[in-house]
Amino acid sequence: MVNKFSQMLASILVNAIYAMVNYPIVLISTLLAPFSLLIVITFVTHGSLLPVAIGGALIMTMIGSGTSLQQDLSHLKNDFKLQDMIVSSPTTSKVYLIGMSISEIVYSLPAIIVLVILAAFYIQTTAIGYAEIFAVMVIIFIFSVSLGFLLSTITSDVIQSWAFSGIIATILSALPPVYYPITYVPFPFRYIVYLSPATYAAEIVQNVTGLVTFSSTTLLIDWIVIIAVAIIMTYIAVKKSKWTED
Amino acid sequence: MGELIVKKVSKRYSGGKFALKNVSFKVPSGGGIFALIGRNGAGKTTLVRILATQLKATSGSAKINGIDVSKNPELLRESIASVPQEARAVGWLTPKQFITSYLLWRGFDYGDANKKAIAALNNVGLSKYVNVQNQKLSGGLKRKVLVAMVMASDAKVLFLDEPTTGLDPISRTELWETLRRLKKDHFIFLTTHYLEEAERLADLIGVLDDGKLRAIGTLDELRKKAKYPYSIKILSKDHVEKPKNSIIVKGIDEHYQILTTENNAHAISNSLIKKGVKFSMSPLSLDDIFYYIVRKPIEVENYEEDGEW
Ligand SMILES: Nc1ncnc2c1ncn2[C@@H]1O[C@H](COP(=O)(O)OP(=O)(O)OP(=O)(O)O)[C@@H](O)[C@H]1O
Ligand SMILES: [Mg+2]
Repeated sequence: MVNKFSQMLASILVNAIYAMVNYPIVLISTLLAPFSLLIVITFVTHGSLLPVAIGGALIMTMIGSGTSLQQDLSHLKNDFKLQDMIVSSPTTSKVYLIGMSISEIVYSLPAIIVLVILAAFYIQTTAIGYAEIFAVMVIIFIFSVSLGFLLSTITSDVIQSWAFSGIIATILSALPPVYYPITYVPFPFRYIVYLSPATYAAEIVQNVTGLVTFSSTTLLIDWIVIIAVAIIMTYIAVKKSKWTED
Repeated sequence: MGELIVKKVSKRYSGGKFALKNVSFKVPSGGGIFALIGRNGAGKTTLVRILATQLKATSGSAKINGIDVSKNPELLRESIASVPQEARAVGWLTPKQFITSYLLWRGFDYGDANKKAIAALNNVGLSKYVNVQNQKLSGGLKRKVLVAMVMASDAKVLFLDEPTTGLDPISRTELWETLRRLKKDHFIFLTTHYLEEAERLADLIGVLDDGKLRAIGTLDELRKKAKYPYSIKILSKDHVEKPKNSIIVKGIDEHYQILTTENNAHAISNSLIKKGVKFSMSPLSLDDIFYYIVRKPIEVENYEEDGEW
């Protein structure tokens, strides 16, 4: 019986822990990553949108995991031929995907810890509210890493990979109103922001903060949409990833 | 004793031409070294990647120790390991971290992996570099890390795609020593452009050309298949009239080369000695065989198109 725990540990060591140990500066950069927009939004709104922005930063950290996963895996696959070495080993694509996904969480742990502390202070809600935020994060994470993994396996060089991540970053991070309420987006554009799954996630989290409220129908749709895209994306990733080449 | 069986394997890359055309052969895979040689683009990497389950063949089948490469890849992967042609040890890791991680991916627990990593690095003479980041190592040392990596694993079938490319002559000889030790209980499938390497190291040699397997066998067997297994090198062909049952070829260096049968070789050498012409005589080297098999002699006179090779 192969030891799946060891196999996941390998991914976590290579892509997160050893990287941090060998380059401690990495810790600072991952810590700072989600804070730039959070700080801007907070200052611009004199602090009134801080809770929304914290929720937004939590979502964006999860989206960022997927984007980083895509870049890291493309790099390992195309520049080091690591994927080929792993294919010819007992590690399956699923175990590799899970290990590498966890590595992205480990990598963003410093930022997540700070954000969670901030959330505990500034987002006033019930236990159910916190549970909702947590669930949204998990769902968005699953969606995002599945997408990242899929793209990493189908790209064959860095330029192609950058092109994908540019497009994904726009759709998933720039477009959706995660750091501010969707009501700030004027109308025809509001239809456009609904193209991004992150928008639906943001509505749920913003509702939890109490600063923006949505009808229960809207929230139900939001849940259905994010759960559906996460399931569909995972399915596509499992079916369409090019673990071995045709 | 296992076997590597390749049956009518063809590979056509999407939208491309055929990189492998109906390749079939059989070699024992219990232990020993099989070297695959062939020019750039001959299809060596394509074949290695198919056998190492990284690439799907367009048609045909292959089995290693009874396990089908495409039908049962997951089982096969427990006993194989591969160092791809362009593989590099991950740059931000040290050799020890990299090999430890690889062994974890293979299913070892951390303590074991760590110990085996250090032992393997010592084994290939990299003990000084255990804790230096891979990206700071020279190109040849980086390749050595990868060989140490598969050595340390539990895999008994190793695919090494040009393992010695970029190694200095001393490191190469050292690596040969390592591979010789390994082959006692491993089957090593390697590709190389260094014919001397195949000649010295391999128990069996395969010659791939333009996607087709043109010859396979021990060096002696390949020689025997050659119509003219002896080579006589002279500086100018003015000294000899073309002997019967032989051909004269202009070699890559300034020499002319007479390829002939064993009997003729004696007669020719005697007459050259009498004339006082300097020459050297030897059985065909793998280099010679290679040139004729891939049909790219630099310039051939009286070249007989008889397809004996
Ligand atoms: N991914 C690919 N897509 C399309 N064609 C490819 C691909 N990989 C290889 N080829 C083609 O297949 C043929 C065989 O290539 P392969 O890499 O197997 O050769 P090789 O014998 O390993 O060469 P070298 O000695 O240069 O490494 C070549 O014509 C090459 O251009
Ligand atoms: Mg090659």
